[in-house]
Amino acid sequence: MADDWLPRIPVGDAFESGVDWLTENLAPVFDWVEKVLDSGVSALVWLLLAPPTLVTIAAMAGLGWWLRGWRFGLISLVMLVLIDSMGQWEAAMSSLALVLAASLVTGVIAFPLGVLTARNDTFSTIVRPILDFMQTMPAFVYLIPAVMLFSIGVVPGIVATIIFAMPPGVRLTELGIRQVNPEMVEAGDAFGAPPRQVLSRVQIPLAMPSIMAGVNQVIMLALSMVVIAGMVGAGGLGGVVYEGITRLNIASGFEGGLAVVILAIYLDRVTAGLGARSAVARAEKAAQHA
Amino acid sequence: MPEIRAEGVSKIFSRKPGQVARLIFTGASAEDIRAAGATPAVLDATFDVQPGEIFVIMGLSGSGKSTLLRMLNGLCTPTSGRVHVSGEEITSLGAKKLRNLRQRAVSMVFQNFALFPHRSVVENAAYALEARGVPKAERLAKAREFLGLVGLTDWADRLPGELSGGMRQRVGLARALAAETGILLMDEAFSALDPLIRRDMQDQLLSLQRSLDKTIVFITHDLAEAMRIGDRIAVMREGRIVQIGTPQEILTDPADDYVARFVRDVDRSAVLTAQAIMLPPGEALTLDKETTVSARAPLAELLVPAAQSPVPLAVVGDGGELLGVIPRETLLNALAGCQTGQEREVSLG
Repeated sequence: MADDWLPRIPVGDAFESGVDWLTENLAPVFDWVEKVLDSGVSALVWLLLAPPTLVTIAAMAGLGWWLRGWRFGLISLVMLVLIDSMGQWEAAMSSLALVLAASLVTGVIAFPLGVLTARNDTFSTIVRPILDFMQTMPAFVYLIPAVMLFSIGVVPGIVATIIFAMPPGVRLTELGIRQVNPEMVEAGDAFGAPPRQVLSRVQIPLAMPSIMAGVNQVIMLALSMVVIAGMVGAGGLGGVVYEGITRLNIASGFEGGLAVVILAIYLDRVTAGLGARSAVARAEKAAQHA
Repeated sequence: MPEIRAEGVSKIFSRKPGQVARLIFTGASAEDIRAAGATPAVLDATFDVQPGEIFVIMGLSGSGKSTLLRMLNGLCTPTSGRVHVSGEEITSLGAKKLRNLRQRAVSMVFQNFALFPHRSVVENAAYALEARGVPKAERLAKAREFLGLVGLTDWADRLPGELSGGMRQRVGLARALAAETGILLMDEAFSALDPLIRRDMQDQLLSLQRSLDKTIVFITHDLAEAMRIGDRIAVMREGRIVQIGTPQEILTDPADDYVARFVRDVDRSAVLTAQAIMLPPGEALTLDKETTVSARAPLAELLVPAAQSPVPLAVVGDGGELLGVIPRETLLNALAGCQTGQEREVSLG
C-alpha cells in the first residue's frame, strides 16, 4: 500500500494499454508471425516424430557419439530410451522442437545484435540495460502479454522464450568479439583488409568459443522457459509437468521433469561439443600438445 | 627522394583535439599539453627514410615510438603534420585509399606476432595477399615461397600454436615479405624473443635485407639491437625525437645527457669502426713496417694487432690506400668513451 501523499503512478495500466493498442492495430503482423512460428514448429515436430522412435533415438545418440565420443553416445542412448519407455517421447520431441525453433530465432536476432554492440559503443550502452531488463523480469510475466498478442498455444510460449533467452546470446557474442586480441585486428587493418573482412575472417572466427558458449546458454534458457510455457498451452513436457501440478499427480509430474533433465543434459553436452570443434578451440588443443 | 618523409608530425590523445593543435603550433612543451588535460604521444617528429635503409626508432616504453610507427601507415592519424609514403601524402587519404596503400606499399611485423591461431602457418603467411584479394592457389604458392626464405618450409601446414616464439615471428616476417611491399614496419618485432633467438633473427633480417633491399622502419627499446641493425637511429624521449644519426654518431656524439646516459653501456668495441677513430696519417709514414687494418673493422678486431704492433696501426681503405693511423692511446681512449680521433683533431687544431 503506497503512502497517501504519493500519487499512484499507473505503470501497469500504461503497459496494459500499450499491449491493447498493439493487439488492435498490429493484429495482421502478429497473425503473420504466429502463422510462421506455428508452421515452423509443426514442421520440426513432424520431422522428429515421423521416423520410427528408435531411428530418431539412434540418430541423436549417434550425434552425441560423433561430437563427444562413444561414452556419451552410449549414455544418450540409454537416457533417450528411458524417455520413450516412460511414455514421454512425443511430449519430449514437441518440447525439443519448441527449444530448437525458439533458439534458432533467438540466434538469428542475437548474433547480429551482438556484432553491432561489439562494434558500436553507443549502441552497446543503449542495448545493455534493455538486455538486463529482459533477463531479470520474471519469465512468467512475458507470458501474459504474449497470450494477448497471440492466442493460447505454442506461439506465445516461443515468443516469451525468445525474449527470455536473447540476452546471453547477444552478450556472449559481444564479449567474444571485444575480447579478440587487438593486435590481431590491427594485423588485419595493417594489411589493408576491409573492416567487413576483418570481422568475418578474424574477429568472428576468434570469437567462436564465446559465441558457442552463447548458443549453449540460449538453448539451456530456452529449455527452462519451454517448461514454463506449458502453462499457456504450449504442450510438450511443460504441459505434462503443469498437468502433474494441477492434478497433484506426483508420478506423471516426476516423469515429465526427469525427461526435461535428460533433454537438458543431452542439449548441453552436444552444444558444448560443437564449441569444442570450432577452429580456434582445435588450435588451442593442438598448441597444448605441441 | 626519401621513401618515407614525416614533417612535423604530432599525435595527441585528447577529448578536445582542436585546442591541442593550437598548443602545438605555439610550441608548447609536453608539460603544457599534459596540463591542458591531453596526452602527447608524439611531438613534432620530422625525419626522412631513404630507400633501402634500415631506420631504427629507439626509445623506452611510453616514448611514443609505436604511435609514430602507426602514423606511417595510417593506422593512427596525426593530430598535426604530414606523412609522405612513396611520394604520396597519406594524412589526407580516405579509408579506401589508405587500405590500398597498405596492401601495395607498406606491410608490418608485430611484437607479439599477431598470427591467427586458427589458421595454418601457410594460411597466415598468405594473409597479406588474401587481404589484397589474390586467388587462393596463387597466394598459398607465394606464401610457401617466402616461408622457404625464412626456413619454415617443413612447418607450412602446422598451426602457429605448435611453433616456438622465434619460428612464429619468422612466420610474421614471411607474411609481411610475401606482400612484396617496398616498406616494412617492424614494431618491437624481436623484443618478445629470448636473447639468443633475438640475435639469430637480427642476423636473418640483415641477410634478407642484403638481397631484398626493403625500406625498413624498425622500432625497439633495446639500444644494442638498434646499434646492430640500424643504418640510422632516431632516439625518442617523451614523444620527441632527440637525435637522429648513424650508430657511430649517436655513440660518439650524443645530442644530450639523456642520449649519453643511454649509450653509456653500449659495447663500443662492436659499434665503432677503425675509420671513426683514426687520426690523419703523418707525412713520414710508409706502409712497410705498420700493421694494416681495414677502415671498416670494428674496434674489437683491432685489439690484438694493436698489442702486437710497436707502431701505430695503419688504416687502409678497400683499395689498400692509406686513410689514417690509430695509436694505441687513441684506441684505448675510444674504448673508454673519451674523445675520438676527429674531435681531438679539432681540439688540437
